[in-house]
Amino acid sequence: MAGEKIATRVAYGQELLVMAEKYPNMVVLDADLSSATNTNAFAKKYPERFYNCGIAEQNMTCIAAGMSTCGLIPVTNSFAMFAAGRAFEQIRNSIAYPHLNVKIVGSHGGLSVGEDGATHQCNEDIALMRSLPGMTVVVPCDGYEMKLALQAILAYEGPVYLRMCRMATEIVTDRIEGYRFELGKGVTLRDGEGISIVATGITVPMALRAAEQLEEEGISARVIDIHTIKPLDEELILKAARETGVVVTVEEASVIGGLGSTVSELLGSRYPVPVLRHGVNDEFGRSGKATEVLEYYGITPEKIAETARNAYGLKTEQE
Amino acid sequence: MLHELQIAATKARILILEGVHAAKAGHPGGSLSCVDALTTLYFHEMKVYPLNPDYPDRDRFVLSKGHCAPALYAVLALKGFFPKEDIRLLRSIKGHMSGHPDMVHIKGVDMSTGSLGQGISTAVGMALAAKQLKKDYRTYTILGDGEMDEGQVWEAIMAAAKWKLDNLCAMVDVNGLQIDGRTEDVMPTHPLDRKFEAFNWHVITIDGNDYDEIVDALAEARNTKGKPTVILLKTQKGRGVSFMEKAAEWHGKAPNDKQYELAIAELKAHLAGLEAVYGR
Repeated sequence: MAGEKIATRVAYGQELLVMAEKYPNMVVLDADLSSATNTNAFAKKYPERFYNCGIAEQNMTCIAAGMSTCGLIPVTNSFAMFAAGRAFEQIRNSIAYPHLNVKIVGSHGGLSVGEDGATHQCNEDIALMRSLPGMTVVVPCDGYEMKLALQAILAYEGPVYLRMCRMATEIVTDRIEGYRFELGKGVTLRDGEGISIVATGITVPMALRAAEQLEEEGISARVIDIHTIKPLDEELILKAARETGVVVTVEEASVIGGLGSTVSELLGSRYPVPVLRHGVNDEFGRSGKATEVLEYYGITPEKIAETARNAYGLKTEQE
Repeated sequence: MLHELQIAATKARILILEGVHAAKAGHPGGSLSCVDALTTLYFHEMKVYPLNPDYPDRDRFVLSKGHCAPALYAVLALKGFFPKEDIRLLRSIKGHMSGHPDMVHIKGVDMSTGSLGQGISTAVGMALAAKQLKKDYRTYTILGDGEMDEGQVWEAIMAAAKWKLDNLCAMVDVNGLQIDGRTEDVMPTHPLDRKFEAFNWHVITIDGNDYDEIVDALAEARNTKGKPTVILLKTQKGRGVSFMEKAAEWHGKAPNDKQYELAIAELKAHLAGLEAVYGR
């Protein structure tokens, strides 16, 4: 399999132009990164609806909060590190607490930022945003899903964090039979009975490749795409745990507080089975080409397959 | 008109003390210093509709110094947004008069605030929205002078000037005190007037406890085009209660029963004097 490659942030920039027509009250705010967050095309076409707030993410976040109380649909943009990290408390108190209709878009999430190194590789955004009451957290896995995700979060009224990725990645969801995007619902991209691999973001295509490798070894792996980390599709994950007996979570984010945590929390209390969390461990990233950095930290199909094998071993040990 | 403001502000002061005393906590000092400006905004300047609090074209107010919620609640109650008795549930689990303003549960509150520095940015957002939606409502915000320590405030000040928000009026309650003492000792912010001027704002400095001056300054702000206006309110913390005036210790402390009675007696005598001259 080899689909078209596009960065989710690029797909986002394209879809933003389409959505601009549908939502005349949508305004876009950026913090001096519009060429990287891909809001620049919107800025060019709709200058009167684009607000460059300068390198001041805290102010941008609260400006958006104020705008939303007056009927606009503000979309704030910066790198995940600054959108969710630097402005965390502004999001908490000025957006999440009054439950305002602001869409916070963090581009350049995770290790795949690459060369900029640890200061710009935000692995903690999912944990931060997930901890806020009422916040919806969405991490699309490819360019196709990203466009559907943007449509869905604009149709939804309430605060949303949308995480995007810098590097170009393969589109897989456009070729999955029966694929349908619904906020808060996971998607089973591949069926299997031996093990469940629950992935989010750009690790979803990797998880699919890992599943192919495992199949060759006789392990049938189910692959679930969790594009909405919060609210979590609990039923789908409980069903997977019941039917396969063991779960591996995969993410390009810290395993502390991310998808791995949310799945472990659910299964620990509702249907305890072994859950192995594959992601960024308790450490900072480093500089390098995106693919090199991902490989260095084990975010690859091969390493995902390895974790899955270990998980499968735990299950057979228990049996 | 001015005596009506005086009477309303004195009633508001009584409510502030009732609330803070009932809660046995809260921020009387800063509430008393900014309540004259708040009263003038709600009883003279702003277009608000207590029976239709969410009316889209109303003027907006953001209490950036959110800890002075008792003052805002007192003025909103007097204006008729909710019953005056509610103020006795300030900070109580039994009601929704939270320690800092909560727009979801309290009628008339346009923005939830409390974390310093954020309110002015949200006010910038409201003023920008007015321009975007081609509406002529105005947005007002009150900051504390201690709040000026927050870096985000200066981000907002830059942004308001960039977008020439002449529909935004910020007021700074310059009472000279913050929790740990004098602002000039904790973190000097002087000279605020020259700083705002350098950031391309129109600056008006007045006695923030004088209704004539507040009324005139608000009119001047309304008539200033092409840039936002800041009104630097020179005030006294604890204003209106003799033993609370200019004392940092009353920043975040409730009066005990005896102090409360003393304060209420002072304010009621003042109110009776005003009403004797001007009528109720």
